[in-house]
Amino acid sequence: MERSLDLLNALVALANFVIVPAVAYGSQLALGALGVTLIYGILRFSNFAHGDTMAFGAMATILVTWWLQSLGVSLGPLPTALLALPFGIAATALLLLATDRMVYRFYREQKAAPVILVIVSMGIMFIMNGLVRFIIGVDDQRFADGARFLITARDFRDMTGLQEGLAIKATTVLTVVVAVIVVAALFWFLNKTRTGKSMRAFSDNEDLALLSGINPERVVAITWIIVAGLATIAGTLYGLDKSFKPFTYFQLLLPIFAAAIVGGLGNPVGAIAGGFLIAFSEVTITYAWKKIAGYVLPAWEPDGLVQLLSTDYKFAVSFVILIIVLLFRPTGLFRGKSV
Amino acid sequence: MKSLTSRDIAMFIGLVALVILTGMIQSWNVALGIVNMGLISAIMALGVNMQWGYAGLFNVGVMGFVALGGLGAVIVSMPPVGEAWSAGGGRIVAALAIGAAVIAAAVLVWSRMGKGTLRAVLMIALLVAGFFVYRAVFDPAVAAVEAVNPAISGNLGGLNFFPSAANTADFWVLVSWPVGAVLAAGAAWLVGKTALGLRSDYLAIATLGIAEIIIAMMKNEDWLARGVKNVIGVPRPVPYEISLQNDPGFVERVNGFGVDPVTASSIAVKLCYTGLFLAVLLGLLWLAQSALASPWGRMMRAIRDNEVSAEAMGKDVKGRHLQIFILGSAVCGLAGAMMTTLDGQLTPASYQPLRFTFLVWVMVIVGGSGNNFGAVLGGFLIWYLWVMVEPLGQLLIGGITAGMTDGYWLKEHLLESAAHMRLLTMGLILLLVLRFSPRGLIPER
Repeated sequence: MERSLDLLNALVALANFVIVPAVAYGSQLALGALGVTLIYGILRFSNFAHGDTMAFGAMATILVTWWLQSLGVSLGPLPTALLALPFGIAATALLLLATDRMVYRFYREQKAAPVILVIVSMGIMFIMNGLVRFIIGVDDQRFADGARFLITARDFRDMTGLQEGLAIKATTVLTVVVAVIVVAALFWFLNKTRTGKSMRAFSDNEDLALLSGINPERVVAITWIIVAGLATIAGTLYGLDKSFKPFTYFQLLLPIFAAAIVGGLGNPVGAIAGGFLIAFSEVTITYAWKKIAGYVLPAWEPDGLVQLLSTDYKFAVSFVILIIVLLFRPTGLFRGKSV
Repeated sequence: MKSLTSRDIAMFIGLVALVILTGMIQSWNVALGIVNMGLISAIMALGVNMQWGYAGLFNVGVMGFVALGGLGAVIVSMPPVGEAWSAGGGRIVAALAIGAAVIAAAVLVWSRMGKGTLRAVLMIALLVAGFFVYRAVFDPAVAAVEAVNPAISGNLGGLNFFPSAANTADFWVLVSWPVGAVLAAGAAWLVGKTALGLRSDYLAIATLGIAEIIIAMMKNEDWLARGVKNVIGVPRPVPYEISLQNDPGFVERVNGFGVDPVTASSIAVKLCYTGLFLAVLLGLLWLAQSALASPWGRMMRAIRDNEVSAEAMGKDVKGRHLQIFILGSAVCGLAGAMMTTLDGQLTPASYQPLRFTFLVWVMVIVGGSGNNFGAVLGGFLIWYLWVMVEPLGQLLIGGITAGMTDGYWLKEHLLESAAHMRLLTMGLILLLVLRFSPRGLIPER
């Protein structure tokens, strides 16, 4: 009896500290990686400005949230930010369409090498980063409201009588639910609608798509709008779950790219799988397993925290996974493009 | 291969005029400060230009190599901490050796054994077991070293066994510059071995990652260079202001010019640095120019312009790429070591990718990729702008908000955010140059 309770405690601790956070983080990464992979599939370059696009989208959403909050609008237990999301997406879409019109289109017409487009996206990154800092500053911004927890650790302990508690933040559930809805909608769009099919055709074979009368500018514009949606949602969810700080979005670039490449650049399913793979590896490798080890192997009393790598090295995890995949399977797990 | 046209020379003269103007309007101290960092930026740009301009390699991990150079400067020029060495120095070295041996063994297993599950299982088992052995040796040693006097040291210190007396120049520091370059070259070898030969944007992501990891390492490995507690008081290869001010001969001479000794001493120190940096830059520039004009340089450009045909001509494309990647990164490391010496401190938290990676890229693109003089010009010019945009932005915002009443939220906000103008400006400059003058100020010839 005692033994099985220990194992149950270990399981709950595992869920609380590893599975739940990793699922939330994985959903955020997956949404980000989807944006990167779509741009790669349609526009054929790695968009270094994606992290800052997420920051911009989140910032626009936050500004509208604050405005709504000042009007006294609220969604009850849900965060007001959800109501502000469409406005944030619209603002980001406008910005992305404007950058496409003013910057990227020129290089597209010239058929510039992908690496030139990457450098161009670096310039856009500077501008967006500057814009975000200019408008909202560099500090932490909190904008979450509504219910904080679906279930707190204490409630869980009282309910089950276990030693370990399982806390589920409302934002975690929200992240997962929103991510599932967004991904379902995206796949429905890509697979079932005429526009979505034309996008996939364009991604598979540009010349053939042009011959069959697909309007490339329209495909590109729709891609930017979808990317704006994905980036804004990912950025806002990340900001709700943790907190909004412009600099962290730039740092998300590495895990997001790792997720997209590991899954196979240009492959949406791969982006989602890659996002979760990276998130789970990051969390499991940087988690201190001492507590769980204590339940599972009571006889073993480790000196340290039983942590494989300190949390500060979480970038190293996505990096190592990336390198392993690149070395052994350069097109990614799900066979993306390799142009 | 013509080196410079009169237009290029005019641009360099214009740059010098800008600096002189700054000296006359603001102060010579500020102007020389810009020149010194401008020289270092020019060296960084030279390094990136070797990789991008000669060979078309896209390295966005400049920050990491610069930081490694800084680390090299610290571990060579700081005096060793004897107590820490006896507490756990030997064990740390042993642990690192074990780590290296494990990785070497894993590579050996992978390359020597035949394909199959056994090979994969053996390699993974070796790596996992090796990791735990490494940690078992490493962790207690680190704890012991970091416990030694944590407020002022807590690290192993450096290799400066005979430090010179306080406030006197220490020429041993100069040794640390090439060591910084070697450290950066080592890291570049590791990255290049794995990521070169893949598509160009994969190399970009890999270098972006390695730079973040290097910075994370420098922030967390306190035993090495104190992490975020920073190393201060790195010795200098030039005289100290305070000793100049106490030198009656110096005071007498500057009084003869009618300058007060405090200002004069700080200008004299900066001039010493300028001389050193200029010597390094000119040396590198000469080397880079002769390399570019040699058959090796022609081969590099041939590979860049058409890898397939170069390979068909029997050129070892991957090997040449690795070579130039290491060389360029070493130059960045050298610049990093010089910068740490100039600052007199190593602050890992101050390494930001926008400042140390992407700004260097702006320098190379604006100056003219493929042209060494262009990289130098771009390095100087962009650094000058980076410094000057902030006061100019403040002035501009001040002008815009002059009509608003004090305390109005928009005015306060705009005045506060004026500091962020520089990122916007740099992005704009990069985009404008890419669009309207993609070959840069001094194009490749």
